[in-house]
Amino acid sequence: MPQNAEKVIDHELLFREPEYTSMFAKKKSEFEFKPSDAKIAEINEWTKTAEYREKNFKREALTVNPAKACQPLGAVFAANGFKGTLPFVHGSQGCVAYYRSHFSRHFKEPTSCVSSSMTEDAAVFGGLNNMIDGLANTYNLYKPEMIAVSTTCMAEVIGDDLDAFIKTSKQKGSIPEDFDVPFAHTPAFVGSHITGYDNALKGIVQHFWTKEGERKPVPGKINFIGGFDGFVVGNMPVIRRMFDQMGVDYTVLCDPSDAWNTPTDGEFRMYDGGTTKEETMQALHASATIVFQEYSAEKTAKYIGEQGQEVVALNHPVGVTGTDRFLMEVSRLTGKPIPEALTKERGRLVDAIADSQAHLHGKKFALYGDPDLMLGLTGFLLELGAEPVTVLSTNGNDGWAAKVQALFDASPFGKGCKVYPKKDLWHLRSLLFTDPVDFLIGNTYGKYLERDCGVPLIRLGFPVFDRHHHHRFPIWGYEGSLRVLVTLLDEIFEAIDASTIVTAKTDISYDIIR
Amino acid sequence: MAALRQIAFYGKGGIGKSTTSQNTLAALAEMGQKILIVGCDPKADSTRLILHAKAQDTVLSLAAEAGSVEDLELEDVLKIGFRDIRCVESGGPEPGVGCAGRGVITSINFLEENGAYDGVDYVSYDVLGDVVCGGFAMPIRENKAQEIYIVMSGEMMAMYAANNISKGILKYANSGGVRLGGLICNERQTDKEYELAEALAHKLGTKLIHFVPRDNVVQHAELRRMTVIEYDPESKQAQEYRTLAQKIHANAGNGTIPTPITMDELEDLLMEFGIMKKEDESIIGKTATEAVA
Repeated sequence: MPQNAEKVIDHELLFREPEYTSMFAKKKSEFEFKPSDAKIAEINEWTKTAEYREKNFKREALTVNPAKACQPLGAVFAANGFKGTLPFVHGSQGCVAYYRSHFSRHFKEPTSCVSSSMTEDAAVFGGLNNMIDGLANTYNLYKPEMIAVSTTCMAEVIGDDLDAFIKTSKQKGSIPEDFDVPFAHTPAFVGSHITGYDNALKGIVQHFWTKEGERKPVPGKINFIGGFDGFVVGNMPVIRRMFDQMGVDYTVLCDPSDAWNTPTDGEFRMYDGGTTKEETMQALHASATIVFQEYSAEKTAKYIGEQGQEVVALNHPVGVTGTDRFLMEVSRLTGKPIPEALTKERGRLVDAIADSQAHLHGKKFALYGDPDLMLGLTGFLLELGAEPVTVLSTNGNDGWAAKVQALFDASPFGKGCKVYPKKDLWHLRSLLFTDPVDFLIGNTYGKYLERDCGVPLIRLGFPVFDRHHHHRFPIWGYEGSLRVLVTLLDEIFEAIDASTIVTAKTDISYDIIR
Repeated sequence: MAALRQIAFYGKGGIGKSTTSQNTLAALAEMGQKILIVGCDPKADSTRLILHAKAQDTVLSLAAEAGSVEDLELEDVLKIGFRDIRCVESGGPEPGVGCAGRGVITSINFLEENGAYDGVDYVSYDVLGDVVCGGFAMPIRENKAQEIYIVMSGEMMAMYAANNISKGILKYANSGGVRLGGLICNERQTDKEYELAEALAHKLGTKLIHFVPRDNVVQHAELRRMTVIEYDPESKQAQEYRTLAQKIHANAGNGTIPTPITMDELEDLLMEFGIMKKEDESIIGKTATEAVA
């Protein structure tokens, strides 16, 4: 046996021990019946060709590795952004296990979320009893201040009616009549996690604003909606700091940054931070709402607009221009000037960009992810003089693609860059072969493309499972943009070092100073 | 023991599927066949005439009470009726909630797993009017019913439904063993009904197994929650059902893969028999008063 208790070999090396290599070889020769290695290599090479790419892009009935998750995931994210709120997903348990593990793997924090545990009899008779019992258990066991309900595919296919179910549950006494249970239908087979975030947030906002009644506008008071954001733990403090520096009267609608950033101090916090009910109700009276990621809150934005507020929908504005745009909108809406401290911070970002300009200019990038993140990063890359050659999104539509194209058209570095809406990571694989780039930007799943195509992956997106704590740092504001800049530069320098590291061969450029 | 025969009755809602199937199965039981009826309708009225009871403990209602299907015993749901016919109703949710189709799947799986089919010669599925989703197609899936009998009449919508059901059978026939056993025409006394039924059967690539004439004795028996076979065994109508039963019994292995037709072809058929006027587009969408004017 290769293992002994004194020195346990991790799987990284364990499976290279002879016991395992011989077992794998035997399995391959006796059971796998694979084509010859030569044939496999030949087909692998063929998948790198333009001919294959053409066939790949004609694909209609099959999606391979979509860069998106399902609606309830976004709904759980949104619910986590409210104080003392327990997300309650009406449907089967396995789905909820997925949302919890997905977030926990990314944030390295437990994620509280309950399910109504629908089983076969609930599928047949409808999930009313599961709702009644589930709400009662949730209320009594976990003592939340609010329960935010969303749905999985199962409940949606059989047509369970959340509004009626929740009302009936209250009538049957499973929770008090006045207990807040906002809800949203979030069929997982429609849209993506950003659609679910939108639906759930709208459900919560609408619930409290209906309760609040008549709107009495308060000039200069604004709301901020961040949208689905894997870096929320790092980003939200930056947003709050900038608002505070400007002296803005603001409410962040949905802030899960504390829920996913609880300290280890001996006390378990099932809930932490988040927007309070009172803040949510008062948010009705704000003069305007800024939506940082338009595609994350389309329906919510429409609803807010209908209540009489001005809604400013932005597309993940980062970098110098992006952050300028954001702060100028805040200034316009609130009448507060942008303070000296922020102007200075801006200058420092510009300084940093200028310092590294030589290494950024003309570098080619492929990037994929949520539509707003793509717009933000595309804008920033163009601003740095880099070329976002390939921009792809699975949950971005044609309207989104037109916006990306407009960014390309507005910059000399956007010439020849292409945008791909509604495409998956297998499409991207073809593109990385036929339209080579220097770097790939995406989430953890991009590492398979890094392996297949040999393009270094820069992890900016959701989820990031295989690098720890990136989510604790911001990518928004001048501060976050600086962080993105450093992330890009680190990878650029790593790549130069890697290609110059051979002694007496390439190390003439293996420099101490870059 | 002969191999288990599984058959299913489909047809438009209200056409008399349950009445026809129960009378036919009662006649088959008279012939000495051991029979299991599986009612696949949330209304749970497929075994009423055999059991003399309006409804019974359905698989799904008991499962809901017990907590899950796994907690259910076969004896709880299996009822014995006229001439030892075993009866099971799958049951289902109240109108407007849940998923009745899933209920059919759950029940049939439960019955198979718990040996409800052991020791019977016939399993007969009685399925609700429209095959609205995959659940109601459960009996025509692989290794379930070998022959489907469609109960219809000379009314246009009944024929339309028969054609639709044929489409459903065709979908599964190519990959599995399900076949269309034939049409059973329940007389409604419409114009040229027999001829039409014959012609439709021909178009669908099958045959009209039997033309069941209309007889008030059926109504009398129904009021007493009995089949005609039991209520008035000497009646002419009882004899009709016996004939139908014999024909079905003799029809083993004679099922066909149906050849469903288009809506236009169906309308052509009605025109051919003079029931619809040829190409009279002018009447379409006009009310009676408009037509007069």
